[in-house]
Amino acid sequence: MIYNEEFETLPREALEAIQLRRLQATLARVYRAVPFYRRRFDETGVKPEDIGSLADLARLPFTTKADLRDNYPYGLFAVPLDNVTRIHASSGTTGKPTVVGYTARDVQTWAELMARSLTAAGASKSDIVHNAYGYGLFTGGLGVHYGAEKLGASVIPVSGGNTRRQILIMRDFGPTVLTCTPSYALHLAEVAEEMGVSFRDLKFQSGLFGAEPWSEQMRAEIEARLHLKAMDIYGLSEIMGPGVAVECLEAQNGLHIFEDHFIAEIIHPETGDPLPWGTPGELVFTTITKEAFPLIRYRTRDLSSLHPEPCRCGRTLVRMSRVQGRSDDMLIIRGVNVFPSQIESVILETRRFTPHYQLVVERVENLDQLTVLVEMHPELFSDAIKNLQAVERELEDAIRETLGVTVRVRLVEPKSLQRSEGKAARVIDKRRR
Amino acid sequence: MNVEQISIFLENQPGRLAEVTRIFEEGGINIRALALADTSEFGILRLIVNDNEKARELLKDHGYAVGVTEVVAVEVEDRPGGLHRILTVLARRGINVEYMYAFVRQSGRNAVMIFRFDDIPNALQALAAAGIRVIEGAELYAM
Repeated sequence: MIYNEEFETLPREALEAIQLRRLQATLARVYRAVPFYRRRFDETGVKPEDIGSLADLARLPFTTKADLRDNYPYGLFAVPLDNVTRIHASSGTTGKPTVVGYTARDVQTWAELMARSLTAAGASKSDIVHNAYGYGLFTGGLGVHYGAEKLGASVIPVSGGNTRRQILIMRDFGPTVLTCTPSYALHLAEVAEEMGVSFRDLKFQSGLFGAEPWSEQMRAEIEARLHLKAMDIYGLSEIMGPGVAVECLEAQNGLHIFEDHFIAEIIHPETGDPLPWGTPGELVFTTITKEAFPLIRYRTRDLSSLHPEPCRCGRTLVRMSRVQGRSDDMLIIRGVNVFPSQIESVILETRRFTPHYQLVVERVENLDQLTVLVEMHPELFSDAIKNLQAVERELEDAIRETLGVTVRVRLVEPKSLQRSEGKAARVIDKRRR
Repeated sequence: MNVEQISIFLENQPGRLAEVTRIFEEGGINIRALALADTSEFGILRLIVNDNEKARELLKDHGYAVGVTEVVAVEVEDRPGGLHRILTVLARRGINVEYMYAFVRQSGRNAVMIFRFDDIPNALQALAAAGIRVIEGAELYAM
């Protein structure tokens, strides 16, 4: 199903015409209203009126996370605070958080895009949405909430945490759509099992999972354990929040970017050069309808690729491939680049381990050492040490063969790795201390 | 008829064993024999207790990975050469001992050793042929 038939199925040419018109208006506005952009554009020697085609966008400078930090908290807002009706912030893992603002119209736009996303996942007004994304400064909770209301669905604003109560609500209230991070989805499955509640008996049809990178293997695991169709949803607070792009139920293959509101580019993460569609690189977004917090060529650090091929769902919107990881998350282990999600794929492909894992990076005698912690579980257990060591070796071999990186695998006690209620902490890098 | 041993996966960290003994204390489980096999990172705790079923349930409820293994309890004469005699019998038959440990109590004037064999039927046959007494599960748990 498609929520906004008109804008989600525009012919490419018409879509690009809309994009260009909206881009030009946005550029003129930020040049006028945001000193940072005026200075940047002037330094580059490009005026908003020089942008006569979408290709000209590449002449403009990038905006980075550091720029957001330098202009903390309100420096990049393009409207007076009088017109801002909502403020969100993303957790600052290093230093200051990133602060973003929304006008009343921005909040409406966001609700529309989330309503589109829920529809793409098969939801309609007759659905009940169990929204286990955290409510608060994080955009996940309220983003889904407003979209579900806009769609006319019933939303249970359960937020994150208190997992056992969530299971009871699921059992008693009969929600049909689940929204949370993929790691929390698996935690829900685990706790339900402990409580003797089977997802088979629940009413879930589909789920939207995002806010952290996950793999195809993780999707298979979630679908099997939660008995629902799992769709990937993408967003980041700087650009808007969840609902920038979403997978459709029909294809479950790449996320449709709502291009009537955002222009996506892929660039080379080191040189910054634009890359052709289909080539993997760093995602860059320009918002073209946002009022309070427009961003021009924002470098997301997320690695993906763009695919314009027609989709069987009927949407003409370009699809981005599942995000492999943030370029910040990439681990360089003795010169080999590895993403946590790649290791996750190998772990799950062996079909022997639970999807709970943790990566510990240390520097031992000036060499990077990556330890993969996986949990013991009853089917793996043997009372002979040599068998358990063989289990460890087997996964070490699989990771080396697949990714070309040598790691150490360590079995840890069942359920001893931290279960997250929001984004899972997969990597502990002890080198930074 | 043979002896059931439960085994638990433990990380090699302070307090992990104490956690197990606390669970047993609270559950009224008495440990009859135990052995810990360890590497630098994890260990396997092997136990014979007075109530296997209950101990297993308690451990599972506390989230442990628990296994059950069939082992053989053998009476060993408490004098020099007692154990050697048994091992010789087994070696002659080509039976491999994967591991063994001592039982806490004695059986009369004899010691009791717990054996894990790769080939239990063959081992039982060899022991019986040499007149060495094997203690059955029910008797052992109550000792």
